[in-house]
Amino acid sequence: MKSSPTRRVLLAGAGIVALAMPLAACSGGGGSSDGKVEISYLTQSDDSNTNQAKALIAAFEKANPDITVKLETQPGGTEGDNLMKTKLSTDSMNDVFHYNSGSLLQALNPDQTLVDLSDEDWVDGLTDDFKAVVSTDNGLYGAPWGTSFAGAVLYNKKVYEQLGLTVPTTWDEFIANSEKIKSDGDGVAPILQSYGDTWTSQLFVLGDFANVSKVNPDWAEQYTANDPEAKYVNEPAFAGFAHGAEVFEKGLLNEDFASMTNAQAMGALATGAGAQYPMLSATISQVQQDYPDNVNDIGVFALPADDAADTAITMWQPNGIYIAKSTEGDKLAAAKKFVAFANSDEGCQVQNEGGSIAGPYVTSACTLPDDVPDLVDDIQAYFDADATGSALEFLSPIKGPNLENITVAVGSGITTAEDGAAQYDEDVKKQAQQLGLSGW
Amino acid sequence: MTTAVAPTGAAPPATTGPSKTGAKRKGIRSPYPSWFYIPAAVLFIVFFAVPTFASFYFSLTRWTLFDVQFIGFDNFVQFFQEPQLVQGFINTFIYGFTTSAAKVILGLALALLLTGPILGRGYLRAVVFFPVLVSTVGIGLTFKALLDPFHGMVNGVLGFFHLPEPGWYTDPNLALLTVAGVDVWKGVGIATLIFMAGIVAIPHEYFEAARMDGAGAWSVFRNITLPLVRPATATVIILSLIGGLREFAMIWAMTKGGPGFTSDVIASVIYKQYQAGFFGLSTAGNVILFLVVTAVMVPVSWFLNRREAEL
Repeated sequence: MKSSPTRRVLLAGAGIVALAMPLAACSGGGGSSDGKVEISYLTQSDDSNTNQAKALIAAFEKANPDITVKLETQPGGTEGDNLMKTKLSTDSMNDVFHYNSGSLLQALNPDQTLVDLSDEDWVDGLTDDFKAVVSTDNGLYGAPWGTSFAGAVLYNKKVYEQLGLTVPTTWDEFIANSEKIKSDGDGVAPILQSYGDTWTSQLFVLGDFANVSKVNPDWAEQYTANDPEAKYVNEPAFAGFAHGAEVFEKGLLNEDFASMTNAQAMGALATGAGAQYPMLSATISQVQQDYPDNVNDIGVFALPADDAADTAITMWQPNGIYIAKSTEGDKLAAAKKFVAFANSDEGCQVQNEGGSIAGPYVTSACTLPDDVPDLVDDIQAYFDADATGSALEFLSPIKGPNLENITVAVGSGITTAEDGAAQYDEDVKKQAQQLGLSGW
Repeated sequence: MTTAVAPTGAAPPATTGPSKTGAKRKGIRSPYPSWFYIPAAVLFIVFFAVPTFASFYFSLTRWTLFDVQFIGFDNFVQFFQEPQLVQGFINTFIYGFTTSAAKVILGLALALLLTGPILGRGYLRAVVFFPVLVSTVGIGLTFKALLDPFHGMVNGVLGFFHLPEPGWYTDPNLALLTVAGVDVWKGVGIATLIFMAGIVAIPHEYFEAARMDGAGAWSVFRNITLPLVRPATATVIILSLIGGLREFAMIWAMTKGGPGFTSDVIASVIYKQYQAGFFGLSTAGNVILFLVVTAVMVPVSWFLNRREAEL
């Protein structure tokens, strides 16, 4: 069959247009219809975050019948970090989203990707510490969601009582307590580690930072400026790595540390199968869900420094709720209302009811309920004694991505503490250069 | 093994004899108009060619998604300096060659078994091939649960017989080989299939002649089956080696490169860099992987196919 040239050109043209059509359909849809504004809210996909988000949305929609909020979830941790950056840079982020504050927020390049919220009403009620971790020099970008929480040693008070132990204030006391638990504890694991969830291995290093700040209050600044003294291979920061190696070498860990998960470890701590667990106090929500009767058997003490005078508890700032710059017009107004609602009386009530209360609030809008777990009182005691410090990720934008793998290697005896610290110092170099910091 | 687009030898258009005076030279003309390939060409260029060349460029930059900064070969230097990255490199070779060797040997053994006169042959063939069809991540997660050092079924059975219970994926020396083992379990079906096709293609006359000459089973295998199944062996080696060097899903599902960095391969290292937002560095890793696989496969493939041509 012979086809004339014109016919062939026409067919080719039709073919190319047919290929191009699906591409045109790709542009984002959505929009408001019938007078109602619809915004979308993104949060992490684990149970506690999803449930809290649903409760917040339900309360918000009740108070604002002309706005509907669609919930979307994505994984947390390092998998989610990358998704956040991709969505923001391609303008396909949800209108409002929930994410960490501090250095992880800085990595999203907030000046270019987020809406400045510094003129909002609720800003005045925030603590200065929190304002610092959701701001850059050019603006403030987020409202807090949840309480601040501590990274310290959670311990089973019953085990301590049975063996007549007191809360240690120096590292040597901590080791002595652990040895006593090992010898007299009747099978109780002195220190729990859960490398099945690699992020939990970082606590010996990260939870020690308040102690480092006590020894050298300018350490974080020097670290960000690539000062050769402020490195993890040198004291006082090296202690974190050294401690992680020491507890492995002395055989103070649980037998199944290499494969235990965070949830299993919290269960072991709650039931007394394990005595001490360096962990974030926010994970008490796991115990509230799985072993609600044992919630108040768990107390917390700060990771001890070598010298009792330097022992302070390391505090994590809560996550924040942010608005993407791609949100405009009606949706922007609705999104701002949503953010303000999260820090209003009703929003605080949602946080009190569903959230994991694991420390003080960072906004004066919210007050702690009366039935908080006991460990919150333990944390408050450190505030009263002025023995607190922020975690490093809130004082410096640099956090190397491989820390959790390095601390697993150190804590399993695969790498020495010195090598691990040196590897991490190299690891942060990549991050610092990627962020374009001067001096690296 | 991934289903790679294996380069089959395309028949070159045979040009017939010297052209007639003045007339256009006639080659073998395809019955289809030549613009039929445009859709496939467009897809290939847009989704394969353009990203490949773009990645060569981006591997020379420091690239956040917001801005690009040309830094030359720094990414490559960094890739070879960091101990974790070098370890990943070594692990890739161990993983690729172990899985490939295991698949060849086990595949051939199973193929011999399944082309012989055994009971339930059809059922056994289905059972051997079934893991190939299941999702890699699903298999990875299932075996992770089965091989759990303290709560898993495998160690439970071993303990019952008072055998040692190793930490399958928590022992730094064992983790990579455990993942390789699960990968072989999954992929041996395809190797068996290819070998079966190769064995069945051997003409019966050879076997009958050998039997009449009184050759034993091992002799038949060594002198008849093995040489004549060489094209199939070449195919299996090439496919499984490419797949093994590039494997990611199984490792990520089972250990995520852990414990520490002991079961990292290049693909998981690249993914971790990508996760951390070091897009330039991870693109450099991809370029390295591309070059490594090419550098390994081109000589191997040439060697294997040359031997085959001599036959």
